[in-house]
Amino acid sequence: MAVDVLYFAWLRERIGQPRERIETQAATVRELVAQLAAMDEWHALALSDLSAVRVAIDQELSDLDAPLAGAREVAFFPPMTGG
Amino acid sequence: MSARVQRAPFDIGAELAGFGAGAGAVVTFSGLVRDEDGRLVALEIEHYPGMTERALTAYGEAAAARFGLSDWRIIHRYGRLEVGEQIMMVATAARHRVAAFQAAEYLMDWLKSRAPFWKREIGPDGPGNWVEARSGDEDALTRW
Repeated sequence: MAVDVLYFAWLRERIGQPRERIETQAATVRELVAQLAAMDEWHALALSDLSAVRVAIDQELSDLDAPLAGAREVAFFPPMTGG
Repeated sequence: MSARVQRAPFDIGAELAGFGAGAGAVVTFSGLVRDEDGRLVALEIEHYPGMTERALTAYGEAAAARFGLSDWRIIHRYGRLEVGEQIMMVATAARHRVAAFQAAEYLMDWLKSRAPFWKREIGPDGPGNWVEARSGDEDALTRW
């Protein structure tokens, strides 16, 4: 399946683009992260410390072990600092 | 009962005209860009279009149900905001002040840690660090 992967804040800067379309067989977010990190050094660096990464699936906060089945959009970003 | 995400400034006075009519208590909070002892000239605020509006609306609706609000409003800005500018506001209206105060605090705690905004510091020499989340902000959620 194909998913739109979005990046925000310093993840976006380290990866060098705000979004990309990824063909994947990953069953979970964690498997998708492994696939992305294997693409090049920029992805690997951005996704090296997962304790500093939050994830949303189809615009709802989720976690690394969530299943990806049916997901259209997966976003990765640092802990939020609104307000 | 509305949540808005916008680049433009807002006028709190205009926002509150007619807000909470019939309620006994209205509480408002607004957050401004700090200068951090002269270290900053501005903040650049990034957000996740689509998810932001959904999250703010969900938190507003949750606060309304939990605290019995008759009205609520959340406005959060993005883009470059100079020191002293308003970043965001929440307003809550309830029958009595305790519910209005608590709902405003509840909304702020959720907004700070769960709404998809990210702040970057801009100093006299240009863009600097991304603001890191504080553990205290995350801890604040446990009281709800």
